[in-house]
Amino acid sequence: MTNLDLTKPTAELAAQGTPLLEVDDLRVEFRTRSGVVNAVNGISYSLGAGETLAILGESGSGKSVSAQAIMGILETPPAVISGGGIWFQGRNVLEMSAEDQRTIRGPGISMIFQDALSSLNPVYSVGFQIGEMFRAHRGLSKKAARAKAVELMDRVRIPAAARRVDDYPHQFSGGMRQRVMIAMAIALDPRILIADEPTTALDVTVQAQVMDLLKDLQQETGMGLILITHDLGVVNEVADNVAVMYAGEIVERGTVDDVFGRPSHPYTEGLMSSVPQVEAKGGRLRPIAGQPPNLARIPSGCPFHPRCARRRLGAEAAPGRDCATDVPPLRLVVPGREAACHYSEEVLGVRAP
Amino acid sequence: MGRYVARRLLLTIPVLLGASFLIFAMVYALPGDPIRALGGDRPISPAVVAELRERFHLNDPLYVQYWEYLKGLFSGDLGTDFRGRPVLDTIERTLPVTIKLALVAIVFEAVIGLVAGVLAGIRRNSFFDNLVLVSTTLVVSIPILVLAFFAQLLFGLKLGWFPIAGTNEGLYSYLLPGLVLASGSLAYVARLTRTSLAENLRADYVRTARAKGLPNRTVIVRHTLRNSLIPVVTYIGADIGTLLGGAIVTETVFNLPGIGREVFNSIRSQEGAVVVGIVTLMVFFFIFFNLVVDVLYAVLDPRIRYD
Repeated sequence: MTNLDLTKPTAELAAQGTPLLEVDDLRVEFRTRSGVVNAVNGISYSLGAGETLAILGESGSGKSVSAQAIMGILETPPAVISGGGIWFQGRNVLEMSAEDQRTIRGPGISMIFQDALSSLNPVYSVGFQIGEMFRAHRGLSKKAARAKAVELMDRVRIPAAARRVDDYPHQFSGGMRQRVMIAMAIALDPRILIADEPTTALDVTVQAQVMDLLKDLQQETGMGLILITHDLGVVNEVADNVAVMYAGEIVERGTVDDVFGRPSHPYTEGLMSSVPQVEAKGGRLRPIAGQPPNLARIPSGCPFHPRCARRRLGAEAAPGRDCATDVPPLRLVVPGREAACHYSEEVLGVRAP
Repeated sequence: MGRYVARRLLLTIPVLLGASFLIFAMVYALPGDPIRALGGDRPISPAVVAELRERFHLNDPLYVQYWEYLKGLFSGDLGTDFRGRPVLDTIERTLPVTIKLALVAIVFEAVIGLVAGVLAGIRRNSFFDNLVLVSTTLVVSIPILVLAFFAQLLFGLKLGWFPIAGTNEGLYSYLLPGLVLASGSLAYVARLTRTSLAENLRADYVRTARAKGLPNRTVIVRHTLRNSLIPVVTYIGADIGTLLGGAIVTETVFNLPGIGREVFNSIRSQEGAVVVGIVTLMVFFFIFFNLVVDVLYAVLDPRIRYD
């Protein structure tokens, strides 16, 4: 058994100053027959109790892969965690035995997925699938687990829970199915909930309900929430901090208000201007030119430079800051804000230090 | 569900009628004279031939013969062969042999096929997986007739492990023919299980099961195997019908007195009533077990409902 203390209240842990989760220089690659795909290239972040961190990025930016690495559910092979560490409540998950890792999944870290229909097993009732959490981790009887499942379905506001507990996933609407997923994920009061694009498959009104539910649950339990999404609106509404990922790296990080208000990385800047804004009604949207990079052949220097409107190459560049050859490190630009760009000050409009 | 089953059962009546008529017509169309064949090398006097042809309605047109047959059928009489033995007695004598053979074959098919498929599916690209792929390809590509003679020669004659023919040694006599009969389906079950399992292992809900922190055993058995077995179970179910009808070659080679060998001999001696009776029974088995499979499918997969 793991000696992780999952019974201590989260607030107490927060007072000790231990973050719930620390990810340090995490690297994941996929070794396929046609070559190595570098999906995650050294990302670091930490998450405290009650905090919501949004990880924002295009498809293929490595956001889902990094989350699955934290959960320990990557397909290995082909995926390999090639470097870095994941500390959950001060212990490195990557150095634990498979059995210890398993006992964290559920009561420690839990995850909800994008497509609730394919993520729920079609041949078991939803009550059974929620109840499984209690049977596997708490050793509850089938009957007691079913009763717990009804409680949870009530908690995620599924109408007539007691009557619907024995229904199968295909008998629920999309929004209700996602609630079933959430009920399953929060069953054991996890310290951390990772939501991987929880609302992408839902229509807009249902999206708002599901996000509200997640926010309420977080307030009740004080769990840390990692929200993986490409939806800027969702991030703006619920997240405290945001990390923007590009080509498997974090290119900008800060509070949501700061990052969205005044981006300091050209990629974030590009994302902001490609989204319709009420104030800019009638103006043209400016998409980011070009395609996301092939992760098997990430461009040299700054991975974003082939698409960047502000790139400086050759003689234009400051010494040691040629975008095509020099890799920009993630660095502190102004207090509370990090970005991986040689010319962040310019983007931000402040004087270089 | 009940209404669905009732409707399906009612539908079997026209199918059986049509099938029996087709078989009847085919036997009618066979060249040669069954009465003369009855005598073998000895000539039969023309008077006797005429008498027998009259008694068995052989001079009447096809539709009259079929009508006579149907009239008997509705009073529970399947007719008699040219030696005067009731067809019903022949079926009663031969069917138990075929049922035993089919049961042995199904057990082989389910046990060996499933185990091989599951192991290969879990350890894809391993040595065992490749062994299953190669051996099943080999088995599927050899005609059952060749396989039957080969097994008889190797295990029966050379090694002497099994009896080569007949049913004198009880259930033991059924093992080798059962294995031969099962071989093709066994290979298919193994491959179907392997593919289905490999596919399901990549399913989103298996990833969810892992994310829930379920023990590996539970993830495999409860969330992968259960889903993967749905197509396999339905295949095996439908195969019972096929095996009950498809034992003609195996029973003939191993000289087992079942309905398969009986139908083979009856075709050769143009015993119309016997052929029609037995083949119609085979058709019924086939339809019946397909119905059982469809019902089973709804039990295994809650997404299927017949209303």
